[in-house]
Amino acid sequence: MLEKIFAAEAVAEALEIFKNEFPLAVWETFYVTILATLFACILGLPLGILLVAGDKNGVLPLPAWLYNTIGVIVNLLRSVPFLILMIMVFPLTRLIIGTTVGTTASIVPLTIAAFPFIARLVETSLREVDPNILEAAQSMGCTPMQIICKVMLPESVPSLISNLTIAITTILGYSAMSGIIGGGGLGKIAINYGYYRYRYLVMLMAVVLLILMVQIFQTVGTAIAVKNDKRLKH
Amino acid sequence: MIEIKNLSKTFQGSSGQVEALKNVNITIPDGDIFGIIGMSGAGKSTLVRCINMLERPTEGQVLIDGQDIGALSETELRQVRKDVTMIFQGFNLLMQRTVLKNVCFPMELVGKKGPAARERAMELLKIVGLESKADAYPAQLSGGQQQRVAIARALATDPKVLLCDEATSALDPNTTHSILELIRDINENMGITVIIITHQMSVVEDVCRHVAILDGGEVVEQGNVSEVFARPQSAAARRLVFPEGESGTVIAGNPDEKLIRVVFNGANATQTPLIATMAMEKGIAANICYASTRNIGERTFGSMLLGIPGGDEKVKEAISYLQELPDVLAEEVSVNA
Repeated sequence: MLEKIFAAEAVAEALEIFKNEFPLAVWETFYVTILATLFACILGLPLGILLVAGDKNGVLPLPAWLYNTIGVIVNLLRSVPFLILMIMVFPLTRLIIGTTVGTTASIVPLTIAAFPFIARLVETSLREVDPNILEAAQSMGCTPMQIICKVMLPESVPSLISNLTIAITTILGYSAMSGIIGGGGLGKIAINYGYYRYRYLVMLMAVVLLILMVQIFQTVGTAIAVKNDKRLKH
Repeated sequence: MIEIKNLSKTFQGSSGQVEALKNVNITIPDGDIFGIIGMSGAGKSTLVRCINMLERPTEGQVLIDGQDIGALSETELRQVRKDVTMIFQGFNLLMQRTVLKNVCFPMELVGKKGPAARERAMELLKIVGLESKADAYPAQLSGGQQQRVAIARALATDPKVLLCDEATSALDPNTTHSILELIRDINENMGITVIIITHQMSVVEDVCRHVAILDGGEVVEQGNVSEVFARPQSAAARRLVFPEGESGTVIAGNPDEKLIRVVFNGANATQTPLIATMAMEKGIAANICYASTRNIGERTFGSMLLGIPGGDEKVKEAISYLQELPDVLAEEVSVNA
């Protein structure tokens, strides 16, 4: 089997594919991941703030029914497997992008799948802020908005960055999955060549590149988080 | 002036109601350093949080300069909180901001920014002796330094009242002393009324002029620190003033002796060998069961528990003899088993 995968002509063919198709695929994966993360943050960050601030002991308590409804919706969206979700949001994708196939189209289901996840990550980060610091802010006459914008968010920046890194790497993984139903990028190459045409070497290359991308995102993310953590004595 | 009137606070716990404060009445004059002392669970922290309405009382009022702050809207209350600032046991600084930006924070909340705010913050840091640490982050400072930053931050809005919630409990004795000195300086130089919540008698002795003793949510005693110290009336006060002087624990020995408490204050008393002179002049051989001296303000206070043998007559004689000496108080105390 191994001799077959690494046979001279297979290697030559793989290198040819690598040269012709991989640069675009890497770029597609990159931009889908970044854009989907961006849109998911735009939806997920306020939602995460709401999940903390709207708590009955939070700084801006919401009516219990509303708070519970938000929680249930977030959980619902998080429990649908990504492949199913992608198909379920086809109508929405068509409405926004005009088509359900292609690299750009996969941004919609990725965003829908990722924003509840990001909301929960933001919630976790914000809950880490020492409640005594919030009390101190209250004792200084902070409004609820000031507590959110000037205390909770800035104090949890390192944790938010760490969690954002987790989100990016997860979305990168999802974006590869979207190759099955017409999304672009490294996932598409891995499935089209590896699964449908038995070009295992090409699939292997795509996987190695995905791993590399995850490594780069994680390393950069961790470095930024550490650099921004003023609780560490350096 | 801060008047706390008939203040009660009841918490709805899972196992029924908990009365944290019961009908508390305290008046704190302007410019005072007022101590509120009690064991843990006595309701001190709840009481101090009622003064700036971080905790809403169940009943009663808090009047600051005649204004009932419990009746204010949230917006008006935020205004009051610029005048009644607070420091905490855990310092509670913003860990992601530099020292300078921490001090700027309360000014930022009221829209005071830029060079004017920075200049004011530097002035305050100078007062607390940390201008060299302006660009450091709180994590790089010691506990005492962090509390100094917290004090500078609390002064940024030119408050009238400073609330200190166990502000020195996390610090070692030397640092505690220097923080208390800073608080006293601020009180004297800026005329800020200071309310100190603590469980340590030494803190009250060090800086407070008046004290209220809180026990089980009630004020059991209040007045001048020197008076409360000289004649603690309540059991709670005695526990705090003479932690190791509880009658039951000291006089394990002599059942035929009667106990008298002798309290002396001032240099006159400390220069007289009063036990020796009593023995020589009256022939009463007092048995010292407990003795201690401490400095409060500029005066030296001492207290002793003496065991007097020979029955009621001798006790009366001893008390009248000791009472005649200047600055000495003597009274018979009953022995609680």
